[in-house]
Amino acid sequence: MLGSDRVRILVGMGTCGVAAGADEVLQALKEGLDQNGIQADIMHVGCIGLCYAEPLVEIIKPGRPSVMYANLTPEVVRAVVEDYLVHDNHRPDLALGTRGEGTLEGVPALFDLPVLKPQVRISLRNCGNIDPENIDHYIANGGYQGLARAFKMKQQEVIDEVKASGLRGRGGAGFLTGAKWQFCHDAPGDMKYIICNADEGDPGAFMDRALLEGDPHSVLEGMLIGAYAIGAGEGYIYIRAEYPLAIRRLMGAIKQMEEYGLLGDDIMGSGFSFHLKIKEGAGAFVCGEETALMASIEGKRGMPQPRPPFPAQSGLWGKPTNINNVETWSNVSAILLNSAKWYASYGTEKSKGTKNFSLAGKVMRTGLIEVPMGITLREIVYDIGGGVLDGKQLKAVQTGGPSGGFIPAAMIDLPVDYESLAQAGSIMGSGGMVVVDEDTCMVDMTRFFLSFTQSESCGKCIPCRWGTKQMLDILEDITGGRGREGDIEVLLELAESIKDGSLCGLGQTAPNPVLTTIRYFRDEYEAHINQKRCPALACRDLITFNILPDKCQGCGICRRACPVDAVSGGKREVHVIDQDKCIKCGTCLDVCPGKFAAVVKLSGEQSPAGETVETVDTDVARVKDSRQPSNVGQEV
Amino acid sequence: MVNIPMAQEGSVTVCNCGVTTEGITEGRLDGILASYKGVESELIPILQKVQQEFGYVPEAAIKRISEFLHLPQITVFGVVTFYAQFKLVPIGRNVIRVCRGTACHVRGGARILTEMEGKLGVKAGETTPDMEYSLETVACIGACALSPAVVVNDKVHGRMTIKKVGDILGEKPRDADVDGN
Repeated sequence: MLGSDRVRILVGMGTCGVAAGADEVLQALKEGLDQNGIQADIMHVGCIGLCYAEPLVEIIKPGRPSVMYANLTPEVVRAVVEDYLVHDNHRPDLALGTRGEGTLEGVPALFDLPVLKPQVRISLRNCGNIDPENIDHYIANGGYQGLARAFKMKQQEVIDEVKASGLRGRGGAGFLTGAKWQFCHDAPGDMKYIICNADEGDPGAFMDRALLEGDPHSVLEGMLIGAYAIGAGEGYIYIRAEYPLAIRRLMGAIKQMEEYGLLGDDIMGSGFSFHLKIKEGAGAFVCGEETALMASIEGKRGMPQPRPPFPAQSGLWGKPTNINNVETWSNVSAILLNSAKWYASYGTEKSKGTKNFSLAGKVMRTGLIEVPMGITLREIVYDIGGGVLDGKQLKAVQTGGPSGGFIPAAMIDLPVDYESLAQAGSIMGSGGMVVVDEDTCMVDMTRFFLSFTQSESCGKCIPCRWGTKQMLDILEDITGGRGREGDIEVLLELAESIKDGSLCGLGQTAPNPVLTTIRYFRDEYEAHINQKRCPALACRDLITFNILPDKCQGCGICRRACPVDAVSGGKREVHVIDQDKCIKCGTCLDVCPGKFAAVVKLSGEQSPAGETVETVDTDVARVKDSRQPSNVGQEV
Repeated sequence: MVNIPMAQEGSVTVCNCGVTTEGITEGRLDGILASYKGVESELIPILQKVQQEFGYVPEAAIKRISEFLHLPQITVFGVVTFYAQFKLVPIGRNVIRVCRGTACHVRGGARILTEMEGKLGVKAGETTPDMEYSLETVACIGACALSPAVVVNDKVHGRMTIKKVGDILGEKPRDADVDGN
């Protein structure tokens, strides 16, 4: 960070930051500075990936390392302003870490923290450090130098450089990017297109959103390099409409590129011309599939087409087209900036470089991470992620979104690379990584994924259209207590037919959650089907909420909190849940004071008090006998 | 014969014959079309502008757009019904989208949805009779690290709890006085 004689303050204003309350914190920060008469330069930055700690503010005093403050509220940030900027007390109790030259007492270096130490930030190199709405920041950090270097090379040399880096498509399929470029470059035709796939439809994945919000130019520069290498004159960014901030940042970045002569005719005097347009998705997961995506750009229903012909030969409007994912493009600009050799020094033999993951679910430190290929799941979940929430047992790690699978806890030392994940029955996918614990029902998770893919199926192929529906119906029966002998075999058979009979990746991978959960968690299926029991105590139709008579102290909190008045009991009497009224919302379990812990979930067994309307009186009568005097029949 | 469901009474009514009782003036629609050339690839951006302007895609708009782009009405209708963003009936003044993505599901998203449905008195995909709220589910809004998440109009609410549902709907906190604790 360049020396400056004013205080600089970086405020995380990505979608995550704002959702955590960054707007209010920013407001309080400004007020605090005003009230204390402090002059400071405030910069909005993108997501640094520490989503669990948002809202984040980083304060840089001249001549000092920066200090990052986490989990801020308006009150706390006002206190920080006064303590650090007026009284020079940097509040080690509130500081997360420092960056830059020098140290501050009691505060570790940010990148020494377990959450950041294993990470290698290549595509995310600028996120959290620069103002994404200011192209000069990007340029000051090596921006567009990769492009300048590419323009000095021949097209084939650029393609060879990308091949040598070993970069594989980060959208999920993992095809060698340089090879894909070669096909498109070699295809005959005067008019070629390149496309950035920013549809990021996998639930649980937000890497591309963060990258586009935090550093759009890294992606745009990559696209320019690719367009030059392939010989494409026009490009499209297909971005889902659910990412309004990313769309705004991209539009602003493109405008700045045009102003700087980085887009349009004769870019940087190279003789190469390129124009870029943004197309918004309209809410269809299947449009993340490349042929459906191109149909959508053409104004049609997003229904996939058979391949061959591949887009490299015949894509958008029948012209040779190269499509790459957001993260892939961002890696391209980094590769041309540094070198293929540098990039290939990270990762494994067959999976070079780094990969972004959205680490989410039942883990302490959720967020966006970038790690070298080959790192183990253990390092990700425990070192970076800080372990499972609330001290629960890890059950599995889900990768690849609805197309992927679950890696059971026993395989936690699996290295993360394309081949290892495939062998384990999952896929790398776009980067969604969801941690699930002992309270997660694997059958319910599978039902969840199928309900998604079934509703997103475009309908073209009967095995996908009908097959996913049938799998979903069976899974809903199983989780609803209507499972039958033979259901598992039918699911496996359906899975094969759907994989074989589907034209595109949606159908071909929709059965994956079913296949991996049956492979690793068959016992859960069997419990649901044969014993009508949910071992994780999650499936609402298979569990009952019960109050333990020997623990209940009759405090009445659950009775008042119950949204459907299913709990009855007088003051200081054992309370009882009417199972006919109970909607299994779990509120009673949440509100029962920890020292009593009288509410339990049971599955497949008779509840201890055998609660029905008739036995309420029996319970009350029992209580009445054992305690004198009582308030039976009187509401307190 | 296209059968578009009748919208609620007291707001906009769209008859099956295409005549509306309130607002799609030709002017507003033509204003949108003026910035386009009339080629097929413009269909989705045009529909997105119409959806934003009117809150839904009126049948009269489908007719006008198909003329403008020289496409059969059924083709335009096919695109409207394919994509989740386009609605054929008006939506409420406030749109509440409950995320049902993986991370949100794992951290209790289904309960948030049930609570919303209970409080609003409608199911996901429906609009309250007073046209104040539309409730939808969304596959993933990308705030996975702050699950479970809800989007109200354009504001993302992360780390949702049952209590926050009430806060969002402008309710007073439910009486939770503590007794015997």
